[in-house]
Amino acid sequence: MINYLKNNPDNVSEWFFAHVWLSVVPVVLGLIIALPIGWVASHYRWTYPPITNLAGLLYTVPSLALFIIMPSILGTKILSPINMVVALTVYSVALLVRVVADGLNSVAPDVRAAATAMGFTGLGRFLKVDLPIAVPVITAGLRVATVSNVSLVSIGALIGVPQLGSLFTTGFSRYIPGIVLLGIVLCLVLALVLDGLIILGGRLLTPWQRAVAKR
Amino acid sequence: MIKFESVVKKYPDGTVAVNGLDLVAPSGKITVFVGPSGCGKTTSLRMINRMIEPTSGTIWLDDQDTGKVSESTLRRGIGYVIQHAGLFPHRTIVDNIATVPLLLGWDKKKARARSLELMERVGLDPNFARRYPAQLSGGQQQRVGVARALAADPPVMLMDEPFSAVDPVVRGELQDEFLRLQSELGKTIIFVTHDIDEAVKLGDQVAVLKVGGTLAQLASPAELLTDPVDDFVAGFVGRDRGYRALGFESGTLDAASEQTVKFGDDSATVLRAGRDGWALAVDEARRPLGWVRSAAVPSGKQVGPELLHRGGTLASVSGSLRAALDAALSSPSGRGVLIDENGALVGTVTAAEVVQRIESHLHARRDQHDEGAVSGG
Amino acid sequence: MINGIIEWLSDGEHWSGPDGITARLLEHLQYSFSALAVVLLIGIPIGLYIGHTGKGSVAIAGSANALRALPTFGLLLYLVIGYGDKLPTDWIYLGPSLFVLVVLGVPAVLSNTYAGVQNVDPAARDAAKGMGMTGMQVLLRVELPNALPLILSGVRSAMLQIIATATVVAYVTLGGLGRFIIDGLSQQDYFQMAGGAILVAVLAVALDLAFAVIQRYVVSRGITGRYAAPAANADVVAAESKASV
Repeated sequence: MINYLKNNPDNVSEWFFAHVWLSVVPVVLGLIIALPIGWVASHYRWTYPPITNLAGLLYTVPSLALFIIMPSILGTKILSPINMVVALTVYSVALLVRVVADGLNSVAPDVRAAATAMGFTGLGRFLKVDLPIAVPVITAGLRVATVSNVSLVSIGALIGVPQLGSLFTTGFSRYIPGIVLLGIVLCLVLALVLDGLIILGGRLLTPWQRAVAKR
Repeated sequence: MIKFESVVKKYPDGTVAVNGLDLVAPSGKITVFVGPSGCGKTTSLRMINRMIEPTSGTIWLDDQDTGKVSESTLRRGIGYVIQHAGLFPHRTIVDNIATVPLLLGWDKKKARARSLELMERVGLDPNFARRYPAQLSGGQQQRVGVARALAADPPVMLMDEPFSAVDPVVRGELQDEFLRLQSELGKTIIFVTHDIDEAVKLGDQVAVLKVGGTLAQLASPAELLTDPVDDFVAGFVGRDRGYRALGFESGTLDAASEQTVKFGDDSATVLRAGRDGWALAVDEARRPLGWVRSAAVPSGKQVGPELLHRGGTLASVSGSLRAALDAALSSPSGRGVLIDENGALVGTVTAAEVVQRIESHLHARRDQHDEGAVSGG
Repeated sequence: MINGIIEWLSDGEHWSGPDGITARLLEHLQYSFSALAVVLLIGIPIGLYIGHTGKGSVAIAGSANALRALPTFGLLLYLVIGYGDKLPTDWIYLGPSLFVLVVLGVPAVLSNTYAGVQNVDPAARDAAKGMGMTGMQVLLRVELPNALPLILSGVRSAMLQIIATATVVAYVTLGGLGRFIIDGLSQQDYFQMAGGAILVAVLAVALDLAFAVIQRYVVSRGITGRYAAPAANADVVAAESKASV
């Protein structure tokens, strides 16, 4: 495990950063797309069931299948990382739409009414009142999306997209468990670090929760 | 009979919930545990069916030490009603009520029949039998809770704030029905509440508990209101004690007969019937409808609903002096309307007359006290 | 491109024989449901125990999260080359494959079972005890039926994860629908790959829908809220609940 890392530092670090990129970009894109859709689902109640059902259905499609089907939809090459980015973005959107909608719905009606009574309207209320209050719920959703992405990305090695999963296939073809183990450990470390960063970000955005916890 | 013998509940962190409770809850009576939160009233109740085990002391159920029977056997013989009813959401109403009979091994048919009988008893529409708890209102769910506790006809019932989660109007109805039910069934009941009014209304005897789990006073409701044992009880029992105590005083009042009018009577009849400018309108069965101001009926016009003043409350002739006084004080004519058990008019009394009766009761009691003091000294 | 995939899928020859679609589909189901059965045998009893007693709930929350981060594909390959030779011949690939699928499925079932029991209305549990039910009776007659919706949704998500991941066992020479993906890649036959991918996707969606139907009928109507007769007193209930707000 250590030997391989010593002998191939360039390979490993390249795969590591590819993995980071493939795991994080879809979640960021997914959140950007899911926010407006989630807002629609929470704001216009009748859209909630169809939107969340569709999202649930998309989430049902296995990720590997989605990686492979993407080229026939996008016209990309089968080995292109774009396939994975798009597929995982679809996945993240499917997961986060529901989370965002539920998070926004969790804002107490009293708080909402008070905000409206004080003169907040539309976008202002969404950005300054609803969204901050929904942060803890959305943070929890982001953690799930990111951590599962790290694991899903590694499956891309099966179809030859280079990232930490390449350590699995390399180790397997050379029959050296240590190389596979290195891949597993790095995946776990990456998931742990990203998870920690999201928790930290969530805390920074919700100082009022810490104030309560301290008491 | 339920008997607490120096019962103590101490938690591992040192909190003392109940501190040496000695108390007897007589058979066939309602004993209410009341007190502020942290006084150990719920803990005391839950020690009876061993949902909580006492640290020391004994609780007797008649001559059976509750610590010496198996928990399940003990509990199946005690009805248990809690604040949010605790109905099983996955079972229909009829199956919820049949729970204990089925646990006791009754056959299904008999248990069902018993459920339906109890639904009627507690005032539930038999059409609800196949419904689920979520389809019922809070008040209806609480009735199911009571029916479920009664299902195996246990001699003892434990009720932990059963009516506190419903709105005041429904609570009042449930309390009245509960008293009616108890007058038919005569169970030995321990009832926990934080509401002193509920305690006074329902209890045959009331145990006021203090924070720290000690008994401050055990007395009848009337005694509690007229003679609180210390500042804590006095403060807890609250304002208007004197007035509220009248709720337990009854006495025959000499009702003055009242000339009445009916809908359709003309102004002349009203003027003739009226006393001090007011006449009482009644229906065919002589049930009071409201007061009519004699001068308010234009000549040639007839008495109708639009002329009624409905402000006065009605008091039962065999009821409390408090109700009679209230009827007099709230009546626009100053005359309180007394009715019989059929709701028909008996006559009227003035506030002065009621107060006079109260005064005479007070004198009688003072004389008793004095005699007691003399013979005791 | 799409036409090519449809052609591949609609070619009757691709469906028959020991390496045809039908056979691969059955293999895929066999792997998945054997693993799922083990998942249920492990996850439900432990989940019920932890939910009922409250013991070990902290450990659950922590390990469920850590397991989500574990890359299944990597674990599979590691076990095959690290421990496969210690197993009987027939199990060199099958053993690690089933093990990985079980590891994948257990957290969802276990944590949902635990959460389902935990979420049972405390008043209902208190009433059940107070009426003299034994611990086992409380668990089986009250906690289990009320936890059922959450347990089933845990089983559902475990099933979907297992179906999806059973694809990768083809990489370690086993069968299942993943075969078409692996073989298609090595033969540079994209239509075969995409055909296999679509089959996996359709299988997952179909099983998900089937499960949704089962879920509807297994759970008590008192919990799902799908009542036989519309509540005649619905207005009364609504009025009362408004009054109490």
